[in-house]
Amino acid sequence: MQAIRRFAGRPWSDQLFELVVYFILIVVTVVTLYPFLNVLAISLNDSTDSVRGGLTIYPRVPTFKNYETIFAFGGLITGLKISVLRTVVGTVLGLVSASMLAFTISRADFQGRRFVSAFLALTMYVSGGLIPFYILIRDLNMMNTFAVYVLPGLVSAFNVFIIRSFIDGIPYALQESAKLDGANDWTIFWRVILPLTKPALATIALFLAVGQWNAWFDTYLYNGSDEKLTTLQFELMKVLQSTTTNADQFRGRNMTEVMRQISPESVKMAITIVVTVPILVVYPFLQKYFVKGMTLGAVKS
Amino acid sequence: MRSMPASQERPLESASRKKGGVFWKTFFQQRYLYLMSVPFVLWAFVFSYLPLWGWTVAFQKFKPGIAFGDQKWVGLQYFRELFADEQFYRVLRNTLAMSTMGLVAGFVVPIVFAVVLNEVRAMPVKRFVQTVSYLPHFVSWVVVAGIVTKMLSTEGGVINEILVSLHIVDEPIQFMARGGLFWYIVTASDVWKEMGWNTIIYLAAIAGIGPDLYEAAKVDGASRLRQIWHITLPGIRPTIVVLLIMSIGHLVGIGFEKQFLLGNPLVSDYSQVLDLYALNYGLGLGRFSFGTAINIFNSVISVFLLLVANGIFKRTTKESIF
Repeated sequence: MQAIRRFAGRPWSDQLFELVVYFILIVVTVVTLYPFLNVLAISLNDSTDSVRGGLTIYPRVPTFKNYETIFAFGGLITGLKISVLRTVVGTVLGLVSASMLAFTISRADFQGRRFVSAFLALTMYVSGGLIPFYILIRDLNMMNTFAVYVLPGLVSAFNVFIIRSFIDGIPYALQESAKLDGANDWTIFWRVILPLTKPALATIALFLAVGQWNAWFDTYLYNGSDEKLTTLQFELMKVLQSTTTNADQFRGRNMTEVMRQISPESVKMAITIVVTVPILVVYPFLQKYFVKGMTLGAVKS
Repeated sequence: MRSMPASQERPLESASRKKGGVFWKTFFQQRYLYLMSVPFVLWAFVFSYLPLWGWTVAFQKFKPGIAFGDQKWVGLQYFRELFADEQFYRVLRNTLAMSTMGLVAGFVVPIVFAVVLNEVRAMPVKRFVQTVSYLPHFVSWVVVAGIVTKMLSTEGGVINEILVSLHIVDEPIQFMARGGLFWYIVTASDVWKEMGWNTIIYLAAIAGIGPDLYEAAKVDGASRLRQIWHITLPGIRPTIVVLLIMSIGHLVGIGFEKQFLLGNPLVSDYSQVLDLYALNYGLGLGRFSFGTAINIFNSVISVFLLLVANGIFKRTTKESIF
């Protein structure tokens, strides 16, 4: 009530301004959320009923059958396993490499500091391109291996610089006093720096995990023929492309079976939700960290 | 130099020897720092710098599985083929069209949205809308492409349902089958996905503007619109320029995920971009050399655009990234 009274007391131009602002907020919220809720509703709706159309944000004939059906398909389980595995391994390796590099280039006394910084910075601007990279991966015998998911992207200059700018904010005196107590650089890194860098590490862990979880192109390009190395995103991609006309080549052998049981639409929506939920659960809790991490990175670079 | 007395040379020599000794001493002291950086530097060398060596492939009649020395050098033949290919110009047009549209929309919308968010006084509302708006950024392009296709579909897609029920169109539009619409669909999807995320940097920049400026403006009786125009927008100009330069550097390197996932043969005249062209007509047909030539063209133009944009902004606005 008070808010309304305060609002009514303002000049009309301010009121109009306020109305426009809130109108935009509502539009953004609806436009962002509606598609997800719509997909969720279809995934939880009976597939023969869904064909009638007209579903909005709640299921008309609620059922878990769509989910049961897709999880009965072995490819999806393999994909889920590999996706989880690459997310965990890729995130841990990426964190170790980025934080170690960040620690070394944050040390003003480190001889290799300038070289390492410049060497990394250059990788952000120059890239060989898709095909030279493909040839490299093939020459390294990394085709059809799990390693191709986690090893090539191990070192990311962007992540290094974000963590570096965070470490720069930690007083150097802490490292010096640890040194007086007889700690070497290795111990300082693990015992002093890492515990104090947690907020930055949380940000980078989120970026790495999301990147790994969402990747599909490396599976398509390097491991497309190996069913044991498939990922959730790749499975979803195959299913999504299979009804648009260009993608007969991607049509998964087993997935067509599943599609015959329930409508392709329901299969797609259910997998979409399976792929999206883990992200949905994690990111809001890390918001405070990644906002800070992004801001730090932007100010520095 | 030769006539220089030996006595003058000696101190120099011993100084440099001493310097070398200091280097190795510090090297030993900092052995853990080297241990923590050198392996990863080598790593970056292999996966970021070695592909540049792979550019040689574009100047060879490259055959897989043959030693480097045995490849046949053909000079610029593949570049001549590329520039003679009619399709190349269509691909280039698509790339530039979509990247320019993405650049304009990708700047205007997040800036407007950040300014709007900044005007919200009710913190819980602001935080809720922000959290919601970050969501699509974390979702993969595969999912976004699926959602976009679903929303635009002729069978139960919400956009068509709205258009039909408002009698704007009589029949559902086949959005995904119309080439002329493809650029707009890609741009809109991109805005939908990244709009919220891109506000983070602008909001941080806005937060850095001194509150005294707004106080002074209020005293002078400036409306909130005028405050935005004269204080907020000029306050974030340096941020805008830096981000703009970086985006211009990425004009031809816009990637291909969206185009790959949203495109289909019906719209391929409009969806094919440089990387996709390299993928389909280089890698897909086993023409490694031709594809690499496309990649080189792409990278060189990117760096060129970055330098040009940097130079122009350095002259005109005094803001630059290097």
